[in-house]
Amino acid sequence: MNFDLSPEQIMIRETVREFAEREVKPVAQELDEKSEFSYELTRKIGELGLFGMNIPEKFGGQGLDTLSYIIAVEEMARVDGSQAATLAAHNSLGIGPLLDYGTEEQKLKYLPSLCTGTGLWSFGLTEPGAGSDSRGSKTTAVLDGDEWVINGSKIFITNASVDISLGCTVQAVSGEQNGNKIFTTIIVEKDTPGFRRVPMHNKMMWRASDTAELFFDDVRVPKANLLGKVGDGSHIMLHTLDGGRLSIGAMGLGLAQGAFEMALAYANERQQFGKPIAKFQINAFKLADMALKVELARNLLYKACWLKDEHRPYSKEAAMAKLYCSEVAKEVADEAVQIHGGYGLMKDYAIERFYRDQRLLQIGEGTSEIQRMVISRLIGC
Amino acid sequence: MKILVLISNVPDTTTKIRFKSDNTAFDDAGVQWIINPWDELALTRAVELKETGGVSLITVANVGNASTEPTLRKALAVGADDAIRIDVEARDAFEVATQLASVAKDYDLIMAGIEASDYNGSAVGGMLAELLDIASVSSVSGINIENGQLLFNREIDGGSQVLSVTTPVVAIVQKGIAKEPRIPAMRGIMMARKKELKVTAPVSAEDRTSFVRFELPPKKAACKMVAEDNAKELVRLLHEEAKVL
Repeated sequence: MNFDLSPEQIMIRETVREFAEREVKPVAQELDEKSEFSYELTRKIGELGLFGMNIPEKFGGQGLDTLSYIIAVEEMARVDGSQAATLAAHNSLGIGPLLDYGTEEQKLKYLPSLCTGTGLWSFGLTEPGAGSDSRGSKTTAVLDGDEWVINGSKIFITNASVDISLGCTVQAVSGEQNGNKIFTTIIVEKDTPGFRRVPMHNKMMWRASDTAELFFDDVRVPKANLLGKVGDGSHIMLHTLDGGRLSIGAMGLGLAQGAFEMALAYANERQQFGKPIAKFQINAFKLADMALKVELARNLLYKACWLKDEHRPYSKEAAMAKLYCSEVAKEVADEAVQIHGGYGLMKDYAIERFYRDQRLLQIGEGTSEIQRMVISRLIGC
Repeated sequence: MKILVLISNVPDTTTKIRFKSDNTAFDDAGVQWIINPWDELALTRAVELKETGGVSLITVANVGNASTEPTLRKALAVGADDAIRIDVEARDAFEVATQLASVAKDYDLIMAGIEASDYNGSAVGGMLAELLDIASVSSVSGINIENGQLLFNREIDGGSQVLSVTTPVVAIVQKGIAKEPRIPAMRGIMMARKKELKVTAPVSAEDRTSFVRFELPPKKAACKMVAEDNAKELVRLLHEEAKVL
């Protein structure tokens, strides 16, 4: 058994940490307060090569392994949830399905610009009436001659409404067989008539990331915009979410790491009753528990990544990592606020933002409840 | 033009400094190592010059054991073309300069950071130039190539100076040489794997320094708060305790 990262993975961690500390940290609070998406940071993240990390070089990516990508997301989330969200959603949900299911032509058409940071792509799955129950989707895709005609709406879609968002991979019902809906996945480019994208403002968390509602009103796209085959939709969705779970796990791990570091630094600095509060056993043990949880979360997540890189089944471990990392993020951020006392409630302290940002992680890309359901099925319940 | 950038492997600037062996040696257990910040800026400028044309090769060189290789790999990821590691533990500036002189002969421009952030010796650049019997320019804050001619900027009292220099030359660079150190892109990290990192045997060098003792700076005393309307107490403390009045 070898727990060492490769020299490249170590350098990727150092590089993304340096970038996040230098470029993201100084502006994170302001972007959060203004609820502003940063085109400049997105461009810089692209220049660094963090978009398309797992994409082969011939499509403009870096051809790196899953763990390298997960380390990049973790390091970004250690400093800011919003930028980590843009990064993770674009890679896992935007680029992921196009890479895994696109034809050579589709990949050559879309992937190069999506790897540079000049274009983002989104994955349209959730609907107002279809969250955990994704089979409740009502958006339809009907083949009419040489075109798909799409009607319906999507909600809570990341990276879908900013100017550089070039399109969306849409999950739609394309028919019925034996009383079961058939799901099909279609590529819709941003300027297609009838496709409307409305940004969703005033979120509690990830305020500097882009979240949108999408409306499809007789949207017509060429038949060739089909991703995969007719009826592949459910499979594409499940496969994409497996990878997405690792990303959310990395966001939870990074957020927990960042919150822990803030709490430790503050506890060593803050004096009460004549000594640093870290010297009080109640806080020291709290910090020890936080460190323990972060370590466990990292080991679980990295193992899931290793399984994926080894091309072994990893659905169960991905669900476990997503569940555990996101819950550890909640617990660690909560205790970190407690250690900060009153200051932890003020926006001047980054821990306040971390406390808000963690809350999505137990909800997005499969709630904690759904993860438990997935795990319980995979262990034979 | 061929550029050699000297790379010192130093503890991260946030490292908690400890000593061992009865305070005669630095305790490197658990230390995170980085490229010396001045050398990192020098390398950044070298890469910028190569991007604008006129530079055919950037080599980075370090004197140290195998543990310094990640630092050289990072330099390769930032944009150096190849690297040389002289396989000996660096003891003092004279030894480092002597070792570097053995590999530095074929370069037009040698860039050395003004000092390394560990021992702050500020000696290697000048010594190397002497050993190679070539010119050196200190406190260089800008390097440009215009029509194949190497121009250095130096900060001087009340202004700046532009020097036209002949090669080969050692530039001892300081603040201003590059805006901020370049962060390697993912592509650079992957390419660094394939670039050559040559390990060479050391030449014999005289040991001219021995460390008698290291000392940590005295601990900062606790901060005393004086009420804003109690200037008398403040004056008393400054007079009797701090003894600055």
